[in-house]
Formats: sequence, structure tokens, C-alpha cells
Amino acid sequence: MSSPTLEKHSAALDAAENTASQMITATFRIRRFNPEVSEEASWQDFQLEIDPKERVLDALHKIKWDQDGTLTFRRSCAHGICGSDAMRINGKNRLACKTLIKDINPQKPITVEAIKGLTVLKDLVVDMEPFFQAYRDVMPFLITNGNEPTRERRQTAEDRERFDDTTKCILCAACTSSCPVFWNDGQYFGPAAIVNAHRFIFDSRDEGGEQRLEILNDKDGVWRCRTTFNCTDACPRGIEVTKAIQEVKRALITRRF
Amino acid sequence: MKIHKYDTVIVGAGGAGMRAAIESTKRSRTAVLTKLYPTRSHTGAAQGGMAAALANVEEDNWEWHTFDTIKGGDYLVDQDAAEILAKEAIDSVLDLEKMGLPFNRTPDGTIDQRRFGGHSRNHGEAPVRRSCYASDRTGHMILQTLYQNCVKEGVEFFNEFYVLDLLLQDVDGVKKSAGVVAYELATGEIHVFQAKAIIFASGGTGKFFKVTSNAHTLTGDGQAAAYRRGLPLEDMEFFQFHPTGIWRMGILLTEGARGEGGILRNKDGERFMEKYAPVMKDLASRDVVSRSIYTEIREGRGCGPEGDHVYLDLTHLPPEQLDAKLPDITEFARTYLGIEPYTDPIPIQPTAHYAMGGIPTNVEGEVLRDNDTVVPGLYAAGEVACVSVHGANRLGTNSLLDINVFGRRAGIAAAEYSADHDFVELPENPAQQVIDQVERLRDSNGTERVTEIRKELQECMDANVMVFRTEQTIKTAVEKIGELRERYLNVSVQDKGKRFNTDLLEAIELGNLLDLAEVMAVSALARKESRGGHYREDYPNRDDVNFMRHTMAYREVGADGSESIRLDYKPVVQTRYQPMERKY
Repeated sequence: MSSPTLEKHSAALDAAENTASQMITATFRIRRFNPEVSEEASWQDFQLEIDPKERVLDALHKIKWDQDGTLTFRRSCAHGICGSDAMRINGKNRLACKTLIKDINPQKPITVEAIKGLTVLKDLVVDMEPFFQAYRDVMPFLITNGNEPTRERRQTAEDRERFDDTTKCILCAACTSSCPVFWNDGQYFGPAAIVNAHRFIFDSRDEGGEQRLEILNDKDGVWRCRTTFNCTDACPRGIEVTKAIQEVKRALITRRF
Repeated sequence: MKIHKYDTVIVGAGGAGMRAAIESTKRSRTAVLTKLYPTRSHTGAAQGGMAAALANVEEDNWEWHTFDTIKGGDYLVDQDAAEILAKEAIDSVLDLEKMGLPFNRTPDGTIDQRRFGGHSRNHGEAPVRRSCYASDRTGHMILQTLYQNCVKEGVEFFNEFYVLDLLLQDVDGVKKSAGVVAYELATGEIHVFQAKAIIFASGGTGKFFKVTSNAHTLTGDGQAAAYRRGLPLEDMEFFQFHPTGIWRMGILLTEGARGEGGILRNKDGERFMEKYAPVMKDLASRDVVSRSIYTEIREGRGCGPEGDHVYLDLTHLPPEQLDAKLPDITEFARTYLGIEPYTDPIPIQPTAHYAMGGIPTNVEGEVLRDNDTVVPGLYAAGEVACVSVHGANRLGTNSLLDINVFGRRAGIAAAEYSADHDFVELPENPAQQVIDQVERLRDSNGTERVTEIRKELQECMDANVMVFRTEQTIKTAVEKIGELRERYLNVSVQDKGKRFNTDLLEAIELGNLLDLAEVMAVSALARKESRGGHYREDYPNRDDVNFMRHTMAYREVGADGSESIRLDYKPVVQTRYQPMERKY
């Protein structure tokens, strides 16, 4: 049995399978900061030969491994699921491991800096503690009353679908650190915490919705959101973050969820 | 240096570590030390599902699951452990659902299940729907759910604390665990954690391969720490190569793609798995499928200009099904290859995926220091451990199961142990070895570089101890690793600072990879047979007479300080299943 798709390759598949080297020279302009060396942050340029189909993370590794071992950043899985390497690339929050160099115009210097609104500890590493504290504050776990069933709780496919989008969150902080309200006021819970509250408020099995809504009704809660959609643009998982925040706001008004 | 005291210390915060922490925190004062923030752990990269014979969508039972696990492991599985795994699978899945895990649902509202490689009805008759799943991000949902429940239970985490040493003490002639030594990444400070019970749950070691689905951080830290303190490592020659990694990148594309109907094809469009596994076809066990792919490639039927890959074809599946059941992996194909899986087949090749071997434990998670003696107070669970439920080849969906079943068991057992026992006194200067190691690396002016040695190691491992092995290739690897280990003594780092010194961290990780690569190669050289993930072209058959036994590798240090590896063997526990020829 042969598949029709195999007889004639698409241009995209041919391009993907092309093994000819297409190295280019790119400049990475990286915001450096190390208080062991200087209290001042500064920009540093690195030039390297790289295949534009590679990731920004690959470029950072090449710089660290071949040019400057002191360049410091977090990373782990390298394919967009662990959430370690959110950073500001050409002024936009992205995961370095999900951003291909060809997609961010390598003809010009590519700027890379730490995400905003969280204290920079060294180079691209920020203090994640306030971010995780906001997450913990919304009680991000299933709350139920009464006796546990012996088997699984039942949930219809539709009820499961209701909160599917917000279960995708990887806690990378790309959304929260793209939010102008969060930049100006670190007390604001920020989009990621609200997304994770949403994930439980709209879960038909959960009975803690009222408690969470009260927390988010706080002066630093959902009402601070100015719907600039930065968070939705920044989310590497494609979550409709602003929409989720709006749904939480609506639930607060109608008390229906 | 700071000294901390906890009843129970858990090393690692992936699935096994957090599942253990949920149990242990309820019963004892527990600290979790983790190199990464918990939600960064590689459990989150698992996709396809978690096996349990819930029988929600068709007839199934745990006995069939036990059999499949044992057969999948090519009869090197300890059968008592496999039975526990399959039996406790059902409660494990239900526990996760009660903790809030958003499984996909059947029309009845129960947990939905799908097919996966090697899982069959009635001892191999046909594929069975046994994998409980949440889209193609089941591992992500397990990791999130466990972290959420750790938040709920108030589990105490020490994030970005890298454990470098295990402290063991002789007490009246018995070797007991006393604590661990950790390096705090943010400050460079050394911390000693004294604990009554310690659980290693620090994950795998796949980063000694070049093409791998593993995270950069999977460097066998727990295995190496135990091994250097004289504890054995079991069955390290058995490493799983997942059939479907993205070509050249190694990024995992779930077996669930084939469970949903995806087909592997060679350059002629032929569904080649029909030749190699007439019943299970594309859903044969992973070792079988990976070997079949490389056989196609070697015989000139590979795809692309260099004929070095094959295709995973999903183009006959409805786009709605891909969107609902496989959204992440189809997005990976779009992001990293620029192709559209609705209409294009995906170029794939086998990718180094999972260590079946590790620190030997019994079914309570207690670590063994030889074939039968436990180290009181020391536990291990998850990929770092070898129970052994995976034997020579793990079935897909059995690792998410393993971390939950044995993570829970280890958490309970460790906390109960610490409730009944006192602290073991710390050795004098408990952190000395770590301080020396860190200072030597940081202060070295050596001419060797981490990146070069690591690259040579990874290339050597891919070339010589991957899917196909021979005496010659393994010997080449042993020699090369020996040379790299020599060169490693002369390695230096550029970052001499204390704050977030990831340059230093990578140098330490490389040391672990080198030690474990050597153990793997030496263990593989001695196993003159083919079984599961260990395939010797010079010994293509399984040899139950001579090799139905686990390898136990020990580090030996001679009077002159020279190091060597001593191999011993441990019998396989067989209960009701007699070894048979393995066919899919």
C-alpha cells in the first residue's frame, strides 16, 4: 500500500529533508548582568555561524560552549514543554527553544534579554519566586467536599473540554512578564496565576471556585487586567490567556461558572 | 557550609520524587532537593499515557498487563515486581484522577483509553486499549497535578539544589545512609542534609547520547553518586531507543500517534512493520520497531537525500482527530520541521529515550548494595532505579506508571522508616569530597573543554552502543570513553564565579555521564546475547542458559587508587511465566 503523499513531496517536506549546509553569520546582542563582576547591566554582541533552521537556544549554547562559558541561562527539555527558557527575544517574550533563527530576521542583530518584571539574578536568569508565589496563592489544586468515589469521578467530554486550554500552561512566565500591569506593580497576581485559577474554577469536579474567585476579587486580582492581549501573544502554548482572564471576571460578576 | 536536618530527604522533583513527597510529607518532616524547579522535570515531556487495566473501553485485566510487561522486557523483568506494577496501576490512575488530573473522557464520562505498543488482549492476541491519557501531554498533566498536590500538602522544596554526594556510614558493620551533600546553584554554597531516610528520584541519563529525547539536564546524577559510593548499578546495558524521534533532533513523537492509527513507511511508501511484526505491526514493542527502522535504512529503503530516516505517516487520519488527540506532536512537526502533518509524512528516526537499568531496589524501593542486602534508610524510584519492572525493554506508558506506583511505595516506606529510626551520625567533614570536586573544577587551568569531551562522548555512544552493537563497536566505545575520562581530569571551566555557575554545573554533569557511559559499555560487552534493547549482531539470539540474569556493576578502587568495574550477576525473579520466544 502506498500513500499518495509519498509519491509527490511537498516543497515544505523537501525543505525539511534538505541536508545541504545553509550556514549564515548572525549577531546576538545579549543583555549581560553579573553582580559578582559589576552592578551595571550591559549589552554584549556575539557573532556566530549557524544554520537558520536552528533554535535560539542552540545559538545560546554555541555561544556558551564555544565563546563565553559565563553566559548564563536556564534550559532543560529544549522543545517547549518544561518552561525553563522564557526570554525576551527581539523585544518579545518567547521560549528560546521554540524560536527558530530564520523566523526572527537574522539579517539584523538579534537581541536577547531576561524577561521583565522579575529581578534579574544573572544574565538571562530571573528570580522566579514571586511568580510561583502568585501561583500558589490561587490554590492551584482540586478542591472537593464529601466522600471520595471508589472509582474515578465522572466528567463529560464537554465538561472536560471546558477548561482544556488552560491545562496547557507550563508556568514559563512568558505571559506574566509581558504584562504592563505586572511590570508596574509586582503585587498583581499576573496572567499565569489567573490561568491556573481558571483551570480549576471551570473544572466541573472542583468545588473551590468561590474561594478562588474571592482571592482574585482582591485589589491585586483580575480587575487589574487592562486586556492588552500581550499575554495571549506571548504564550508559547497558544493559550487564549486574555480570554481566560475575561471568563474569570465574568464569573465574578455572575457567580456562574 | 550549612547543615540541615530532615526526617526524609527526596532527591529529585519529577513524577517519582513528587509522588513520594506527597506520601512522605504527610508522615514525616520532608525536604525535596531538586536541580530544577519541579515543573521543569522531564516527566512533563512524556506524552502518550499511563497504562492501567481499567477496562473502561474494552475487556482487560491486570494479569494481561503483567504478561505484556514481562514479555515486553524480554523476560528479564522481575515478575513479582511486574505483578505489583500492573495490579497497583489501577489505583494509581484513580488516585491521580482524584488529585485532579484532567484525563480525556469516554462518552460515559469515565477515563478514556487508547492503544499503545506491546499492550495486548489475552497474551498477545491483538492490541488493547490500556493507556489512560490526557491528549498527548499526559506527562505534563501528571507533573502539574503532582506539583499542585505538593503545593496543597505544603511540601518543602529546595529548588536548584544539585545533589553531588551520598553519605553512607558503617554502623556496627552495617552500611547505612546518613545524608546527602548539595550544591546551591544560586550562591555556590555547599549544604549537607542529614536525614534518616533518603529517596533518590533524580531521573535518567540519556544525555550521553547525541540523538536523544532526553532533556539537557538528564545526566545520571543519582546513579553516579550511588555508584561512586560503592553501590552497584543494575542492567545498565539496557537502554531504550524510541522509534519515533524527530529526525536529527531526537524530539519525541509519541507512540500514541501509532496508537491512533499512524503508520511507519519507508521511501517506497511501504508499511514495513507488517514484515517484522505481523500481528502488532506498528504497535510492536519499541526495541522491535527501532531495529526494524534501522534495518530498512541499512537495506537502502530509508527516506531523504541520505536515506537516513523513515516516515511517520498521519496523513490518512482526520485533522480533527490529530487536533484533539495529538495537538502537541503535530505542532512540533510544524515548529521544528516546517511541515504540515495533515498532508506531509513526518521524518523520524529512533532516539535514545530511557534507561531500563539503574540503582537496584526491591519492591519497597529499598536500595540494594549487593544481590540481597538493603542499605537501611536508602530508597530509589523512577528512572534512576531498577526494580526491575522493565527488564530488557520497557513498554510505552509503563514509565509514567512506574513513577507513580514505586514513587508512592518509596515515599511511604521511607517515611515509615524515618519514624522508627534515629539519625545516623554524619561522617567527619561530610562535605569534603564535594568541596574538593567543586574547587578542583573551578580552579583548574586545564586545557580540556567540557563541550569537546561531551561532543566526542555523544558521537561515540551513537556510533557504537546504539540499536545495533558488536564486540568490536563496544570495545571501541570502552576505549574511547577511557580516553575521555583521562582527558576529563584536565578539564577547566571559564566561569570562576559562585553565582548561578552553570558552566561548572555542566562540567560536573559531564563527569557523571562519563562514569555511567563506561558502566553501560562494559556491561554491554559482557552480555554476549541479544535481549530487548540490547542487540548484539555477533550474538543475535537470546541466551537464557547463560544470560537470564541481571548485570550488577560495581566500582572497584585498587590499592594504587586505580579504578575498575567489577561485574556480578543477580538471578531474575520468575513466578508464573516461563520464557518464550518473543513475537509480535
